[in-house]
Amino acid sequence: MFGHDRKRKGAGATFAAFAVSAALVLTGCSGGGSGDGGEGGGEGGGDAAITFLPKNLGNPYFDTSNAGGAEAVEEFGGTFSEVGPTEASPTSQVSFIQTAAQQGVGALVVSANDPEAICDALNEARDAGVKVVTFDSDTNPECRDVFINQATAEGIATTQVELIAEQIGGEGQIAILSASANATNQNAWIELMEEELAANHPDIELVETVYGDDDDQTSFDRTAALLQTYPDLKGIISPTTVGIAAAARYLSTSEYQGQVALTGLGTPNQMREYIEDGTVTAFALWNPADLGYLAAYAAQALIAGDITGEEGDTFEAGRLGEYEVGEDGTVLLGDPFVFDADNIDEFDF
Amino acid sequence: MTTAPAPVRTYRAHAHPLWRRALVNREAAVIGLLLIVIAVSLAVVPNFDSPLTVTYLLRDLAPILLIALPMTLIIITEEIDLSVASIVGLSSVMTGVLTQAGWPFAAAALTAILVGSLAGVINGFLVTVVGLPSLAVTIGTLALFRGIAVGLLGTTAITDFPEFWTDLARDNIPGTPIPLVMILFLVLAVGFAVLLHFTPFGRSLYAIGLNREAASFSGVDVGRAKFTLFVLSGTVSGLAGVYFTLVYSNARGDNATGMELQVIAAVLLGGVSIFGGRGALHGVIAGVLLIGTLSSALRLANVGSDIINVITGLLLVLSVVSASFLGWLRTQRLAALGRRKSTQRSVS
Amino acid sequence: MTAIAPRRRTAGGILATVLKQRETGILIALVLIVVAATVRNPGFLFSADGYRDLLLTPSILLLLAVGQAIVIVTRNVDLSVGSVLGLTAYLTGRLFIDAPGIPTIGVFVAGILLGALLGLINGALVAFAKVPSLVITLGTLYIYRGINVSWTGSDRINAGDLPVDFRGLGTGQLLTIPILTIIAVVVLVAAAWYLRNLRSGRELYAIGSDPAAAHLYGLKVTKRVLSAFVVSGALAGLAGVLYAARYGTVSSGAGTGWELQAIGAAVIGGVAISGGVGTLWGAAIGAFLLLTINRALPILGIQDFWQRAVVGALIIGAIVLDRVLAIRQSRRLLEARDAS
Repeated sequence: MFGHDRKRKGAGATFAAFAVSAALVLTGCSGGGSGDGGEGGGEGGGDAAITFLPKNLGNPYFDTSNAGGAEAVEEFGGTFSEVGPTEASPTSQVSFIQTAAQQGVGALVVSANDPEAICDALNEARDAGVKVVTFDSDTNPECRDVFINQATAEGIATTQVELIAEQIGGEGQIAILSASANATNQNAWIELMEEELAANHPDIELVETVYGDDDDQTSFDRTAALLQTYPDLKGIISPTTVGIAAAARYLSTSEYQGQVALTGLGTPNQMREYIEDGTVTAFALWNPADLGYLAAYAAQALIAGDITGEEGDTFEAGRLGEYEVGEDGTVLLGDPFVFDADNIDEFDF
Repeated sequence: MTTAPAPVRTYRAHAHPLWRRALVNREAAVIGLLLIVIAVSLAVVPNFDSPLTVTYLLRDLAPILLIALPMTLIIITEEIDLSVASIVGLSSVMTGVLTQAGWPFAAAALTAILVGSLAGVINGFLVTVVGLPSLAVTIGTLALFRGIAVGLLGTTAITDFPEFWTDLARDNIPGTPIPLVMILFLVLAVGFAVLLHFTPFGRSLYAIGLNREAASFSGVDVGRAKFTLFVLSGTVSGLAGVYFTLVYSNARGDNATGMELQVIAAVLLGGVSIFGGRGALHGVIAGVLLIGTLSSALRLANVGSDIINVITGLLLVLSVVSASFLGWLRTQRLAALGRRKSTQRSVS
Repeated sequence: MTAIAPRRRTAGGILATVLKQRETGILIALVLIVVAATVRNPGFLFSADGYRDLLLTPSILLLLAVGQAIVIVTRNVDLSVGSVLGLTAYLTGRLFIDAPGIPTIGVFVAGILLGALLGLINGALVAFAKVPSLVITLGTLYIYRGINVSWTGSDRINAGDLPVDFRGLGTGQLLTIPILTIIAVVVLVAAAWYLRNLRSGRELYAIGSDPAAAHLYGLKVTKRVLSAFVVSGALAGLAGVLYAARYGTVSSGAGTGWELQAIGAAVIGGVAISGGVGTLWGAAIGAFLLLTINRALPILGIQDFWQRAVVGALIIGAIVLDRVLAIRQSRRLLEARDAS
């Protein structure tokens, strides 16, 4: 389905995995597609009860990753539930972690709004017997069993810097529109992007990093402010799906359309019209559905005792094949994929 | 007519005997409702009977419980303090910034609490000395204090605090599922209860709320009383901010955003009249626990936070509307009584 | 008698100039900020987008502030406007998805009606149950938002769900003036004219100045307060439809916290929270000032994290100023009386 450019361990089984996954997706869609969110859950605290806790609800990126998680849970026959705060703040995630601990769910799959703030709550949940998998945005390694990394930070940073450099002709001012300043993954990428710029693109000047808080309206207004503050701005990198869509929407109706380049991490469905109207030429992402899918399988492997999060542990992840746990309990999904006008129609998420 | 019945009337100041007044009133109704919610949750909601429930519930409610104490007193005097959650955020940020700057934690925390008091002084000054309505003042300081908190830290967070203190905030009283912070709360609650219900100062607060001018003419220093309350509110909010920082190991500018509405909702649910002059602390504490228990039980039953918000709102609206409806019923009854008496009198 | 009459007129003249100063004061502040930001970066005013955003950004808040000011004038407050905005913005998207081909005007009517209905609930509870509006609208703030979240779930409205010409309303211009701004200003002019010139409009001020006296005088207090809430709800509904047009994306959190911005705008604009004083023009300029400061601060070199602090300081500054002016005015009136 989306497996174009992804390195995968156990790639020999690709074809079989495709066939199986196609069948499973079909059954998954007809079986579990009727109700979303809230149902299921850990009434008896069954062992394969897996709760997904994204940064916030109503975020299409997490809708996609949770759908992937639900698909995997369906495959191995557990119970899936999805909870989360309406705004992306760490303290509001804590009460959901506590509830999961009280319910005694098998595993909690979390995208952390802060690497430290939810740490103690997670550790309390682990003391109560809950396995903790982080995905998308990690906590400190000692607060979780396994982290599912969507791509290496280096890969993400380099891809985005290369995209923007290509689009603005290798020189000029650029800015970054990030999510919240606490998001672990955003900060790691921004830091690496700065290094990459300094090392390989000395003529590109990063003038400012602004934060849209993964809120559409804030990101929209921040984009407007950026363009006004820096009249010579050549390009914007937005390594967040909410930010890039909001920025694209602002650009597409402004005089800067086509003048200011925009790239970053986005989903094809959100970005399709901006690729078509020329506001954006190319952007990158991994497949969030695969990310959720892999996280659910890792959670199940932890519950079943197949892995403990030690380096070198291996587990089967359904249609994605076999994965190995790397350093610091990290499992790597693959490399980011670049979407442009030539290939965007092949994707629907 | 003017001489004889007067002493009799003072003895008969209460229309109903003590037991009836203790059982049939607003506070008792809230406490009863709380007990019903607990009983139903124990019977119906899986995992509600776990000791973890008590720990998490009290730990999360502690800041709201603490701030509800001074808020009760403020609302009794017919004022309001909307800036409390912003003071929590400001105090949290001060704790973080100072700890990061190398201060010993105790000194940082104390300074943060004092910053809370200072915030209260600003509110109190604007309300009592300048003579502005507290609703307008504290909407302004809500934005101001939050703005300073967010401005100081940006959107970064400070998460490194001495383990001794974070443990102190999170640990339970040995052998019980009750967090240690409840001891602090109990001490303050008893203090506030004595202040409100058993001192002339406390009684004067009711007088101010019922009729400000009358209180003023009868020798109550209205300005000073209100000023004191705003400073108390700021100080306790500062304390809650330190606790909040420790329990989540997290100092951020946006900590506790929106908590003012939760506090006020709980206080009003607990039977304090927004018109001032009426309310008691035990009702307020039951009000906080009622909202907290209900949302904890609903969350455990996998009910979304959206429904919990609707229920919180409905409880609040119903509690005031019912109070207003009961009041209307009583005036109708008294009016009927009055009519009967006057007809009797005209007959005799 | 004849000697007093002209003196009264001069007292009224002082009053008029003081009131005039109140609105011109914040207007001057607004102009100063725009000038300072433009000097720093000419694009703030003189680029096509800068000019457009200057007018466009405050337009939605302006509608909320006008509704809020009408309610505050009657000595009430409406905390639920942010939640009403969220609900109607989502309704707007839903209508376009579930009833494809629905005329845009139909969506506007539906949004305004829903807003008015929610306002009616607020107003009925406040006016008939005689319960303070602060408590009621705090409750409905939770309730409306909860309904919104459970209705929306995680299925937010995306820009692609809305017809292109509807979204054009959000960014389009007519004779270089954004359409949104034109709508907001038309509403403002109509409401301000009503409040200033019609009997029922003036009664709102009377009710706010002294509800008991207004009641004794025979004014229809219940009906007027009720209609103030309906108007506030309807304007929040209109703002919700325009929000969808402007931002394209509507999640369940749309409009969270806007109630405080709307009250802030009204208060900065000289509408007294204790009722009976202030004009809609003031509230409208307040809305412009609040959001223009937000955009100007980064250009003036102040980190945008400090925006909220500046807003808070402004609100407090505004109410302190009002108080000082009121004291000075009453002193003058007393002196005038003593002198006569």
